[in-house]
Amino acid sequence: MAQKLVVIGNGMAPGRMLEHLFETAPGRFDVTIFNAEPRVNYDRIMLSPVLSGEKTFDDIVIHGDGWYIEHGVTLYKGHKVVAIDRVAKTVTSDHGVIEPYDRLVIATGSTPFIPPVPGHRLPGVITYRDLDDVDAMLLAAQSREKAVVIGGGLLGLEAAAGLNARGMDVTVLHLMPTLMERQLDPAAGYLLQKAIEQRGITVITKADTKAILGEGKVTGVELKDGRIIPASLVVMAVGIRPNAALAKDAGLAVNRGIVVDDGMLTSDPAILSLGECAEVAGNVYGLVAPLYQMARVAASHLAGDTSSRFTHSETPTKLKVTGIDLYSLGDFADGEDRDEIVLRDASAGIYKRIVLKENRIIGTVLFGETSDGAWFADLQKKATDISQMRETLIFGQVHQGGPGADPLAAVAALADDAEICGCNGVCKGKITGAITAKGLTTLDGVRAHTKASASCGSCTGLVEKLMTLTLGDGYNPAAVQPMCTCTDLGHDDVRRLIKAKHLKTIPAVMQELEWKTSCGCAKCRPALNYYLVCDWPDGYADDYQSRFINERAHANIQKDGTYSVVPRMWGGMTSSHELRAIADVVDKFAIPAVKVTGGQRIDMLGIRKEDLPAVWADLGKAGFVSGHAYAKGLRTVKTCVGTDWCRFGTQDSTGLGIRIEKFMWGSWTPAKVKMGVSGCPRNCAEATCKDVGVICVDSGYEIHFAGAAGLDIKGTEVLGLVKTEDDALVHIVALTQMYREQGRYLERIYKWAKRIGLDEIRRQIMDDAEKRQGYFDRFVFSQTFAQVDPWEERVSGKDKHEFRPMATVGYAQAAE
Amino acid sequence: MIWTPIGSINDIPRRGARCVATPQGRIAVFRTGDDKVYAIEDHCPHRGGPLSQGIVHDASVTCPLHNWVISLETGKAQGADEGVVRTIPVRIDGENLFIALEALASRAA
Repeated sequence: MAQKLVVIGNGMAPGRMLEHLFETAPGRFDVTIFNAEPRVNYDRIMLSPVLSGEKTFDDIVIHGDGWYIEHGVTLYKGHKVVAIDRVAKTVTSDHGVIEPYDRLVIATGSTPFIPPVPGHRLPGVITYRDLDDVDAMLLAAQSREKAVVIGGGLLGLEAAAGLNARGMDVTVLHLMPTLMERQLDPAAGYLLQKAIEQRGITVITKADTKAILGEGKVTGVELKDGRIIPASLVVMAVGIRPNAALAKDAGLAVNRGIVVDDGMLTSDPAILSLGECAEVAGNVYGLVAPLYQMARVAASHLAGDTSSRFTHSETPTKLKVTGIDLYSLGDFADGEDRDEIVLRDASAGIYKRIVLKENRIIGTVLFGETSDGAWFADLQKKATDISQMRETLIFGQVHQGGPGADPLAAVAALADDAEICGCNGVCKGKITGAITAKGLTTLDGVRAHTKASASCGSCTGLVEKLMTLTLGDGYNPAAVQPMCTCTDLGHDDVRRLIKAKHLKTIPAVMQELEWKTSCGCAKCRPALNYYLVCDWPDGYADDYQSRFINERAHANIQKDGTYSVVPRMWGGMTSSHELRAIADVVDKFAIPAVKVTGGQRIDMLGIRKEDLPAVWADLGKAGFVSGHAYAKGLRTVKTCVGTDWCRFGTQDSTGLGIRIEKFMWGSWTPAKVKMGVSGCPRNCAEATCKDVGVICVDSGYEIHFAGAAGLDIKGTEVLGLVKTEDDALVHIVALTQMYREQGRYLERIYKWAKRIGLDEIRRQIMDDAEKRQGYFDRFVFSQTFAQVDPWEERVSGKDKHEFRPMATVGYAQAAE
Repeated sequence: MIWTPIGSINDIPRRGARCVATPQGRIAVFRTGDDKVYAIEDHCPHRGGPLSQGIVHDASVTCPLHNWVISLETGKAQGADEGVVRTIPVRIDGENLFIALEALASRAA
């Protein structure tokens, strides 16, 4: 008969232990879990991305309810165990459930340490430990008020970055002179502080909290030097303590944590303990890799194999704040017997420091560029003598002669026992072995079978490179990215099938391609609508209900629900007549803000939706049409004054810009398209950071594309040089049509070009006259349906319902 | 319950919404792809975005400001987001739509 195994705690360590146990000794135990949190097991180290909005709770669930059912586990959610009776061998929960056990596992984790300063119990003071804390922070963040995070360690900084991303004004208070002083040396701590401050977070070091202020709720934090920092939310992140009280009450040996031997047994051999609450050989652990090692050892012992032993190893620290690369491992204090190698690149914000003892690495700190972390860690683990490569060591693995600058070669050169996934302790050989043995072809498959890249995800790039190495062309990372959760198909497959199967409506696409939802979602519907508009210009009825509100209302929604309106000014040219008309509209409708845009247009902001048709009517009378400032389509063609006025101008850049804009306006594209035409290489129209740009030169027109000046900053690539203005227009139009037909929805030209390859685009547009003409002709055909001014249509009554309330009710009753 | 007429189901596009102005604020009335009708406060629990302007899919709407997904049936935010918006009872009589305004008034009072 199965023995009774009771587990107190449902965190990552016991969850992993049970996975191992069910794999190696299925049916041996009848398992009951008590979870003080009212939910299933989730990936606690991914709470920061949930806080910042990069992931949702569903994304970080490790074991869904089905897992417990499948393995016959009884899970008491929201039950806290309050007593262990070691004589009767039972545990009792706070809801009165008494459960007998043969073997007991205590995995009560840790509790955040709250410094007992005055006011620490006020509402608005929270810790950062579980999903409830994240929910509390998200709720507080809705106010967009001020928050203080006490503690500038890993957890505190992740909390600060998350709250900042959610719109709060955040101050981090840190007692020590530099941030993360336990993992970073002062130089890296300084760089980290700068990087954090650049995000708009205030950092105060040497900040000793005297009291938390407020009556009934938090209003601020007072420091010992008298400074007061106002805050409506205070997050305590000064550290954690093993949660050993329950074990202590039961009479088990407890020191800092619950004392266990290297087989995870407590002083009572029927009881094991693991996770953050367990103390092995005087050490307690807070990072996931050693906890997962504990899980393996505990599972082996429960399965009857007592040979498995826990051994201490150094675990690297990584900060999970998007855009900040930081890696630290081992010991990096100065010392007489130690040597160091340092590399600084101030302009790139890079700092690397290797600490050596007897020609062996004992510590590594990397900031700004961390790709060699795994290599340094491997050298440290193996205690490799580095004297032969001392001169080039700091530049990383690719500079060591052997593998070239090819990142794939660097991964290929790693030994089979080199650790790839630090969280789960998965080495290279295990991953490549699983790929071959189980025929895995997707990242999710590798995650499911090896756990590599399944926790914090920072090794995903390495795992993907291993898959490329092992599978060759058989691995196509793009193929595994579905459009959204409504389908398993990627954008490219959907586009291909729309053409191949002649699918001409959204319901047809969803039916034929076996959509998993009845009506799609806000991600796939706008994409499908674009693909159908693009592929069947004459045969598809645009579905306005699948367009984002901006494209439905033909104006840009603002944070308060009002709209902004940008009339088209061809090539950025305007006149006194137009400006007077704009001024009159602004006065008539009391428009609160008027702004000149980066694309050489005038933006009127704060217009009520009900007023839009009337605003457009007045603008239309002055000759204005929609500027499509809201569209995934052609936005603006920015120009300089060219040969009309400029003493350096080589061609009529203004004229060409206007011509392009008049030819291409109204076209829908996968993402917005902004263009620029400069009359000479001085480039006053900033054409070389646009989606498409032209630099006029004496000998003709140099066409550029694939620039970016937004989330990413990237100079353009040269498509080619053409001799005449007519040629320039044809090439630009053909390029745009190629992008329209191949781009994934919301993929800007520079990303599409990177995916397709610059040479392929040049080959089709510059060298293949037939292809070019085909693209051009299809664009021209499409424009015959697209070039309708949406503002004029709506002034004439189209979509009237969009701009007025359905009914106005209740005022009479209210007045009574 | 007092039912106040607000118009016809045909006034609302399928997978769309219209607003009803009331003394207690704007109500968004939704019509799903399968002609179910729901009414909720036109105010996202996240940052007050006008839910009536969002994309309607199944019995949910995605807020146009920051993509929170709100259930039209329960008014609750879906996924990891937490928040709830008030729902208002709707009755369909043939083509005619009615909402129970006093539920709103009594709760606002």
